[in-house]
Amino acid sequence: MELVINAVLVVTGIGALAALLLIAASKFMHVPTDQRAEELTAVLPGANCGACGYAGCADYAAAVAEGRAEIGLCIPGGDKTAAGMAEIMGTEAVDIEEQVALVRCSGRLTHPPDKYNYVGVGSCAAASALFGGRASCRYGCLGLGDCQKACGFEAIQLLDGLAVVNQQRCTGCGACAAACPKGIIALVPLKRSAQVACMNTDRGAETRKICSAGCLGCGMCKRACEQEAITVENNLAHVDPSRCNNCGKCFGVCPTGCITLMIKNPPPPFEG
Amino acid sequence: MRELLIILFTMVLTENYVLVQFLGICPFLGVSKNLSSAMGMSAAVVFVMTIASAVTWPVYHLILDPLGLGYLNTIAFILIIAALVQLVEIALKKYLHPLYKALGIYLPLITTNCAVLAVTLLNIQEDYSLLESVVDGLGAGLGFMLAMVLFSGVRRTLQRAKPPKCFEGLPITLVAASLTSLSFMGFSGLVENLFN
Repeated sequence: MELVINAVLVVTGIGALAALLLIAASKFMHVPTDQRAEELTAVLPGANCGACGYAGCADYAAAVAEGRAEIGLCIPGGDKTAAGMAEIMGTEAVDIEEQVALVRCSGRLTHPPDKYNYVGVGSCAAASALFGGRASCRYGCLGLGDCQKACGFEAIQLLDGLAVVNQQRCTGCGACAAACPKGIIALVPLKRSAQVACMNTDRGAETRKICSAGCLGCGMCKRACEQEAITVENNLAHVDPSRCNNCGKCFGVCPTGCITLMIKNPPPPFEG
Repeated sequence: MRELLIILFTMVLTENYVLVQFLGICPFLGVSKNLSSAMGMSAAVVFVMTIASAVTWPVYHLILDPLGLGYLNTIAFILIIAALVQLVEIALKKYLHPLYKALGIYLPLITTNCAVLAVTLLNIQEDYSLLESVVDGLGAGLGFMLAMVLFSGVRRTLQRAKPPKCFEGLPITLVAASLTSLSFMGFSGLVENLFN
């Protein structure tokens, strides 16, 4: 019996002693933290993507609480986060133009034939170092998924060797754009507008030879556009999203189908 | 001195907790995806193992053993390690904020790491003195760090490899872990001869 009582007493004693120590420690070694920084961290998305330029959401929140940073830097959080942060800090909310990533290439692997058979490391950065990648189009997507790996929101999928952005999931943080060695991922305003999904500035005849989905610079979209939103420079069409009203006329006349309509497009199917 | 060095190198190489004794496998597989998190976790483990060895030794030899309660060591040590880690975390937050930030989430995580409990229990089982226990804890932590750093390198190479579909993810990681572990079998008998 004594053994049992001893055992209970010793373990309880150790526990109680540890509890007392911890209580004392938390009292005497209490570190005052800025309440607002914690509230701000709770408002932020918590994805720690680094789009704001700080090392994670908590770091950004601390910077804002100390007045070292502006409120509207969180792109993934958008207006909602900015409004929440403004409320905590007691300032005016700023409008954030929401953006999504767009891969400016329409050529799936079936379109541009390969220059050579690439068997190296499975990363776009490595492949592009070797004669600019296997695809015969110098401007095109390499389809090895550096952007997919960079994306913290699983918003990019490779379909037939072409990176496709799921606009529903994309937060516009720009991690993929920074990861793409070809620089063909752009952040475009999340509004209804047409976009040219090609970067090829070669002459139309040359483009046609290597890719059936490349922009030829023919100018048919420019002529079709009633808003004068399209310009053709260096054999490549550009859409000015501030003028575009998403009527879809350019989409209809494009002979190669390299114009996409933002938002109107259903997001690509995702597995898992 | 020679004994202490033998203990240290035995724990790091021949009796490596992760790769030879298969303790603390969970963080070994979970946190070894990149080098920086592997280093953060390992630093926290080295830290806690050393302190835990130093604290549990007197508790056993001054309280539990004299009362004939040696069999309570598992339960008592869990209690002590958990409280200790909390205490250390509070103290670090106050006095060594950079270290607190560097260890970050990993410090509270390893409270429940079986390798930390194992090192304290094995210290008692091996009948080490206090100094030997601390060196043993340090060696076990360093061994954990070595395994984590090596394996994060292996995993970085694995990411670029294209294994067959059925091996992707965890299966190929486990295969790689077993091969890494196998390489440590080659160290057996090394330490005793090293200091002759």
